[in-house]
Amino acid sequence: MVVDSREAAIVRVGELLAASGRTTAGYTGEMLAVLNELGPYFVIAPGIAIAHARPSESVLSAGLSLAVLAKPVEFGSDHNDPVRMVFGLCAKDHDGHIEVLAGLAEVLSDDAQVNFLLNASDAGRIHEYLASVL
Amino acid sequence: MKIVAVCGMGIGTSVLLKMNAEKVLAQLGIEATVTAADMSTARQLGFEANIVLTTPELVPSLQGLPAEIISIDHFFDLAELHRKLSAALL
Repeated sequence: MVVDSREAAIVRVGELLAASGRTTAGYTGEMLAVLNELGPYFVIAPGIAIAHARPSESVLSAGLSLAVLAKPVEFGSDHNDPVRMVFGLCAKDHDGHIEVLAGLAEVLSDDAQVNFLLNASDAGRIHEYLASVL
Repeated sequence: MKIVAVCGMGIGTSVLLKMNAEKVLAQLGIEATVTAADMSTARQLGFEANIVLTTPELVPSLQGLPAEIISIDHFFDLAELHRKLSAALL
């Protein structure tokens, strides 16, 4: 997908969480508020951002969405720009989604799997892959 | 040894950091408890912790804690965690 700003990328992963019934539409604004308040600290590895806000009434169940950006976007991270993969994460509490995060850490620690996600030809293949490992 | 992994919200990035820090501590043979925390919780826990792990952007907000603050650029690079934790602990 092509977006031209970090905000647009976060809006997109927020829309995906809402579309899959994991959050209400308000969660996107909460993620954007985190960016405004704390900066792009959630760009935690080269090219990889994990946007999220704190558990709130906007979260209906824990969820993870992903936008792979055809055109890398500057988030303002000193070490890890430009961003090519933006995850959206929502959780109802501090513990319910730990297994998914553990699986995600394994995937993102492995260059081969990161390259697969970056170069997959369509969203269906990415979804199928992540559903099988998370 | 008490270590706090800190992110803005305490549900995402700090949890990932905690997981990889635990892996590296096990490799180093260091007994430590690692807690994931958001910023405000971290300011409380940080007074009891030996080490605070976080991202470069959040370091300024954590200054003033007695713990040693280590900033991690690449959360999934175990070599970076290994290098920085062993420099602080060994």
